[in-house]
Amino acid sequence: MQAYLVLEDGTVFKGLSFGASGEATGEVVFNTSMAGYQEIITDPSYRGQIVAMTYPLIGNYGINKDDAESRKPFLEGFVVKEYSKIASNWRKDQELGEYLKENNILAIEGVDTRKLTLHVREKGAMKAVLSTQDSNEQSLINKAKNSMGLVGLDLVKDVTVAKKYIYQEAKGNKYKVVVLDCGVKYNSLRELARHKCDVVVLPAQATSKEILEENPDGVLLSNGPGDPAALDYVIKTVASLIGKVPIFGICLGHQMLGLALGGKTYKLKFGHHGANHPVKDLRTQKVSITSQNHGFCVDIDSLNKKDIALTHVNLNDGTPEGLRHKKLPLFSVQFHPEASPGPHDAGYLFAEFIELMHKPKKPKKYA
Amino acid sequence: MPKRTDIKKILIIGSGPIVIGQACEFDYSGTQACKVLKQEGYRIILVNSNPATIMTDPEVADRTYIEPITAEMVEDIIARERPDALLPTLGGQTALNTTVELAEKGVLKKYKVETIGANIKAIKKGENRKQFKAAMKKIGLDLPKSDQAHNLQEAVAVAKKIGFPLIIRPSFTMGGAGGSIAYNMEEFKVLAKRGLESSRISEILVEESVIGWKEFELEVMRDLKDNVVVICTIENFDSMGIHTGDSITVAPIQTLTDREYQKMRDAAIACIREIGVETGGSNIQFAVHPETGRMVVIEMNPRVSRSSALSSKATGFPIAKIAAKLAVGYTLDEIPNDITRSTPACFEPAIDYCVVKIPRFTFEKFALADNTLGISMKSVGEAMSIGRTFKEALQKGLRSLEIKKFGLESLTFNPPDIKINNEILDKICQKLKQPNAERIFYIGDAFRADMDIEKIHELSKIDRWFLHNIKEIIDCERQLLKNKGGISQELLKKAKEHGFSDKQLAKLLSLDEAGVYSLRKSMGITVDFKLVDTCAAEFMAHTPYFYSTYDR
Repeated sequence: MQAYLVLEDGTVFKGLSFGASGEATGEVVFNTSMAGYQEIITDPSYRGQIVAMTYPLIGNYGINKDDAESRKPFLEGFVVKEYSKIASNWRKDQELGEYLKENNILAIEGVDTRKLTLHVREKGAMKAVLSTQDSNEQSLINKAKNSMGLVGLDLVKDVTVAKKYIYQEAKGNKYKVVVLDCGVKYNSLRELARHKCDVVVLPAQATSKEILEENPDGVLLSNGPGDPAALDYVIKTVASLIGKVPIFGICLGHQMLGLALGGKTYKLKFGHHGANHPVKDLRTQKVSITSQNHGFCVDIDSLNKKDIALTHVNLNDGTPEGLRHKKLPLFSVQFHPEASPGPHDAGYLFAEFIELMHKPKKPKKYA
Repeated sequence: MPKRTDIKKILIIGSGPIVIGQACEFDYSGTQACKVLKQEGYRIILVNSNPATIMTDPEVADRTYIEPITAEMVEDIIARERPDALLPTLGGQTALNTTVELAEKGVLKKYKVETIGANIKAIKKGENRKQFKAAMKKIGLDLPKSDQAHNLQEAVAVAKKIGFPLIIRPSFTMGGAGGSIAYNMEEFKVLAKRGLESSRISEILVEESVIGWKEFELEVMRDLKDNVVVICTIENFDSMGIHTGDSITVAPIQTLTDREYQKMRDAAIACIREIGVETGGSNIQFAVHPETGRMVVIEMNPRVSRSSALSSKATGFPIAKIAAKLAVGYTLDEIPNDITRSTPACFEPAIDYCVVKIPRFTFEKFALADNTLGISMKSVGEAMSIGRTFKEALQKGLRSLEIKKFGLESLTFNPPDIKINNEILDKICQKLKQPNAERIFYIGDAFRADMDIEKIHELSKIDRWFLHNIKEIIDCERQLLKNKGGISQELLKKAKEHGFSDKQLAKLLSLDEAGVYSLRKSMGITVDFKLVDTCAAEFMAHTPYFYSTYDR
């Protein structure tokens, strides 16, 4: 079946559908990871976005039941150069195309994804429509133009859990972590569990009172989709947690922490989406190759330098990617220490979070 | 960290004569190293016995010795030149072996020559089977199971413990003589007995066979700050059992999930750290069981290797050049990426194309040589090609071999004339099963003869993903033949995207090459040139290089 990807500036890509049929709009972004499409497709942070893979051959190893990063795919559409009609891997449970159809996600192959990437790099992230039902280019351009985009939208409400659940609870675990689910990737939960934490997941709408009632040793502010500035209610929650409990923020969690500390965020031209971004830890001067997926960034100069230290910098473009409070137990990073997909280099930050929870020694006092 | 100023004069050992397994790739890496270190202000002393190399051109080093690469000769040169340092990791195995010999003879100590890049301990740990196994065990990496036996009874016990197939390697024989593979107990008893008899000390190593497993390679770099990056990942088209130099290989890895790949990446990083290669590149090989996913480390080269040259060209990351800079103290974050200029070399290249390397054999010149392939290398060269799809890169690579094939053409048939009989089928099956220089063409012929993927996989152990792609090439060929009277734009475009050359198409469509060219030109199907830029178009490229492709 023919499919169209049309950008708001009138650029048209024709290809073939290999996912669900219908129509979807979103902001088109490119991801430079060469493997890990299953993790990308199931990362809730892609809500509101149509993801184009720069690596041209996708679907090669299929989909398996273990590598999903959330309960279902939340992205709006998927764009590749060549979809593999065969999936070959010993863990394969399903073909990618079949999985996308089941989950009602549109996907297009046969697109010159390098041309698309260059376009986005030059012109910046833009709104787009993906369609298998409309072949009128002008009509599609209008649909792209009139779509919602990302700025100012609360997309977290679409991806957060409906109600509290316990991910892990085990005898002998030393710490209890509340994860504020703004679109958390399962690997953050797996990492906490691996570090012997009891893990309780709460919806993004949970109040600070509800969070503290769980009596946690620490709170993880998760990754998630869209514009952090549109999340008043979560920022308010975060602000009232500051100083009361150790906090670790990842990606959107980092941005919300930045906002809760009184800072500002801004949108990057086309963001960082890939698994090869070098990040320097300014404390040790060591470089981690990190997994990244964000379109917004914390303006580090908008934060009070007396209290907040910059801890990490992206070496590709110099953008700030980590902060730590000098007096209070909180820190956050813009990249993904939970990886998945991507290198495990930054996994040490989970150990730092454990360390942070260890220091107060009197977790009860925050309750 | 800035570059070292305590060393002024550096000795570089070249790779010597061009032989199978050690060809011009080490001239390339050595030349890069000489140039970049000279640029950094070091005085370069070069020794290479082969004057027909670029590196021995007068302007490359400050002083060049065209002398035999033996420990004695290099000792004389050291005595005369008194270099501060010796860089042994860029001239292939000869340079590495000579360096170890110099160290063992006490020459390096006597003349206070420091080895930079990899130290002697690391070289030995990487190259000595026993030390390497111990090191891998220490960091918890899996290896093929093995045990020693001194008599038949012990050997049978080991065989029962490990399971078949098994490799039997007698100890202390020259060049692996007496080595064999057993698929069942009956065979094993005969071969083990023979092995024990051929060993001077009546000892054999019984090792789990990983023949037929999936084979992968990672090209890794490390700096003095202990930053480690993976430059390139490679998946072998041919499974374990064929020397990598004789295998068709593909970059990046195609059939591993990210989770499986990251496990391999973690293992490679742990490996380079444990072996102790302080700076520069290493190549680490893994085998993965195709049904269980069990991953074992096969070997590590603590130096720039044949695969490094391939990886450099495949990704745009100049491994030898960067390795030379790291050896004198720079760290990866201090060196800019030549192509983007604005980003550092401390990153992992993202590629947005598929690279295929195909070995070039010259069995036609050695009429009596056996053209079957195994664990010792027989190819004399290789072709590397880049395409947006595996199919395109494969066909481009095949015609680059200059063996009068213009893509995946048939050896057996003259399409559309495909006459199949038992004799032909038997021959194809035999050629699929026993790896040989022309196997890739016989896979095409197997599909032409309507063999299915499962059957071909069963015979060749080549991953189904690769086989499916070859089937798509043959399917396209069939479509072309069927529609030769009225080729549509869509079909012709597809053929070009699948890597068919105009010459190939001319034959299939009963046209001449110029006719195909003007036909596709009239349909608007023209070549596109895309960039090798290390970053999949994420950043502006200032000094990229190009490859041709037919992308929509």
